[in-house]
Amino acid sequence: MTDLLLRGVQLADGSHRDLALRGELLVDPADLGPGHRTVAADGLIGLPGLVDLHTHLRQPGGEDAETVASGTRAAARGGYTACFAMANTDPVADTAEAVSHLAELGRREGWAEVVPVGAITKGLAGQELAELGLMHRAGVNLFSDDGRCVQNAQVMRRALEYVSDFGGVLAQHSQDDDLAGPTACCHESAIGGRLGLPPWPAAAESVIVARDIELARLTGGRLHVCHVSSAESVELIRWAKARQLPVTAEVTPHHLLLGTAELEGYDTTYKVNPPLRTDEHIEALRQGLVDGVIDAVATDHAPHTPEDKDHPFDVARPGMIGLEQALAVVIETMVASGRLDWSGLVERMSTAPARIGRVADRQGRPLEPGQPANLVLIDPSRRQVVDRAASWSQARNNPYHGRDLPDPVLATFWRGRATYGWDNL
Amino acid sequence: MKHLLSTADLDWDQANALLDTAEQMAAVLTRPIKKIPALVGRTIVNLFFEDSTRTRNSFELAERRLSADSISVTARGSSVSKGESMRDTMQTLEAMKVDCFVIRHASSGALEQATGWTDAHLVNAGDGWHEHPTQALLDAFTLRRHFAAVGHPGLEGKHVAIVGDLLHSRVVRSNVWLLHTLGATVSLVAPATLRPAGVETWPVQVTEDLDSVLPQVHALMMLRVQRERMSGGFFPTAREYTEFFGLTPARLRLLSPRAAICHPGPINRGVEISAEAADSAQSLILDQVAAGVPVRMSVLFHLLSGADEGLK
Repeated sequence: MTDLLLRGVQLADGSHRDLALRGELLVDPADLGPGHRTVAADGLIGLPGLVDLHTHLRQPGGEDAETVASGTRAAARGGYTACFAMANTDPVADTAEAVSHLAELGRREGWAEVVPVGAITKGLAGQELAELGLMHRAGVNLFSDDGRCVQNAQVMRRALEYVSDFGGVLAQHSQDDDLAGPTACCHESAIGGRLGLPPWPAAAESVIVARDIELARLTGGRLHVCHVSSAESVELIRWAKARQLPVTAEVTPHHLLLGTAELEGYDTTYKVNPPLRTDEHIEALRQGLVDGVIDAVATDHAPHTPEDKDHPFDVARPGMIGLEQALAVVIETMVASGRLDWSGLVERMSTAPARIGRVADRQGRPLEPGQPANLVLIDPSRRQVVDRAASWSQARNNPYHGRDLPDPVLATFWRGRATYGWDNL
Repeated sequence: MKHLLSTADLDWDQANALLDTAEQMAAVLTRPIKKIPALVGRTIVNLFFEDSTRTRNSFELAERRLSADSISVTARGSSVSKGESMRDTMQTLEAMKVDCFVIRHASSGALEQATGWTDAHLVNAGDGWHEHPTQALLDAFTLRRHFAAVGHPGLEGKHVAIVGDLLHSRVVRSNVWLLHTLGATVSLVAPATLRPAGVETWPVQVTEDLDSVLPQVHALMMLRVQRERMSGGFFPTAREYTEFFGLTPARLRLLSPRAAICHPGPINRGVEISAEAADSAQSLILDQVAAGVPVRMSVLFHLLSGADEGLK
């Protein structure tokens, strides 16, 4: 690995600094050996590597849609240095052996750190607790049945209680299966009524958020609310935080940018769970992110093959990819409008997710000598018309295809290695 | 007009042209030889992913009356896990040189998606809860004839009430857009559990009070209540539904004696409509069935013969 000096980088706080990379660390520029490469980085912004709390890498079992290698390449392309890999693989990551295997796969083939998420219940069936303690001993701190919601309040209560002994976090996909039935695929709204799509009311999310907040209060267990999509959920989390309850939350890039209007034409690329909602929800999510009620942006990157998407809307699989454009969307929706500054963006896309996922010892660190060299160099003025065919992900279900968006990422470094963009420097 | 997917795509001229041509087609059907060579050499596939008897028969007969070559395919298995996808089914058939697909599908929007998968013309024979445009056209055709017969021709200014399961009904959506385009006033009547989200944004009046609407209307459309909705999910019992939303003999007397009674069929006698109402002189239910063939002939003729080019 060649030592590297990035000269004149602007940091999130607006200051300018020379960043020196040697081995896996950031070092004092004076400590670089002779023969290092120097790059003039004037006008570029350096941020800590992004951390995604919510990635579906699909391996094992869904390698036709994505693999650890392809998914983490997409992550690197998007400026990420860590991905939390969701447990709804085949087989489900509900044992210590499964999560250890995935972590090993990440070390061998990953272009970013792969942090396994363990299932809350065996087989994601919502009935019996998975081996939470053994998975924790194998390195797991974040547990989730994502894709499914733990319906049974008693099971959720016991899981929250159980993981509180070792500081585990439960990331809940909040969806009441009775309120949003098996065919629900469109936000309950005027457009859904007109298009004749089975309704997914916002309340099907917020009733679970309300229940889980009460369970977090009852047990003291740590709750993380995945992909918040409704204004009412934001208000409930705001209420919980005002009472210092142990609750955190994330929002996806697509829920910050896209609304129900995308469903006109029944393009299944836009079928996602929870569904895209209306302007008042989008605004509440943006404001929640500004206020810190929503702690983090997480992609819910959900690769699918065309065979899974080329179906009638109510039959097609839900989910869209997001790793490569997440930073662009947050810049477009939050930074360009002045609602978040660079420090605010770093908090929500790197520092907070690292903290929530308990990897803050190595991810989401300040760009200072002695810290791991996990960083992304960006030029926020660059733009592109997104082309799904040009994706680094194996999947093509990209909701930003054809959209004019920032293309900020020039290069990403993970543990000192350029995982993306060495040639751009 | 390349496809007929939704009545919302029809303007006043197009809708009336389709209805006028249907009258000409109806005249053909009164002749001893009920067939014209309008679509000789055209190939039509009726692709039914969901069961249908009357709609499919009516399309098949319309195609034969127009001298088109047609086949009917009953396709099963639209699920992700098993069987050929809708896209593959269509592309396989299209490889055999098909000019037009008539499609029924259980999923809303299936036809709109299919526009990206084929160059052939598409006719919507019912997609999920979304639309059933030829049903709305035959309803309008039937009503237009009825109003002409009673000396008040045209649908403009007429008040039509549609009663029943609005949420899951493709018939209601197609009827609302078409009746609105044709100048009628539309009232929708249903319990709150069977009203779709955003119905207040439609160009209609909405109420749960059938009795208040009955005396005002020129025509009443009763929708079929599906058996699977009767088991307590959307309303308590069939008995209670009939009490509040059924066209009972008592309610029949609230209706103007000149008002028309329609039903897209098949009817549940004694649930949404009493035998007395269904069999009364006011009932146009069999006229609706009869209108199916000439209206579908008109639609196919306009799409496939290029006759609508002058309409634009």
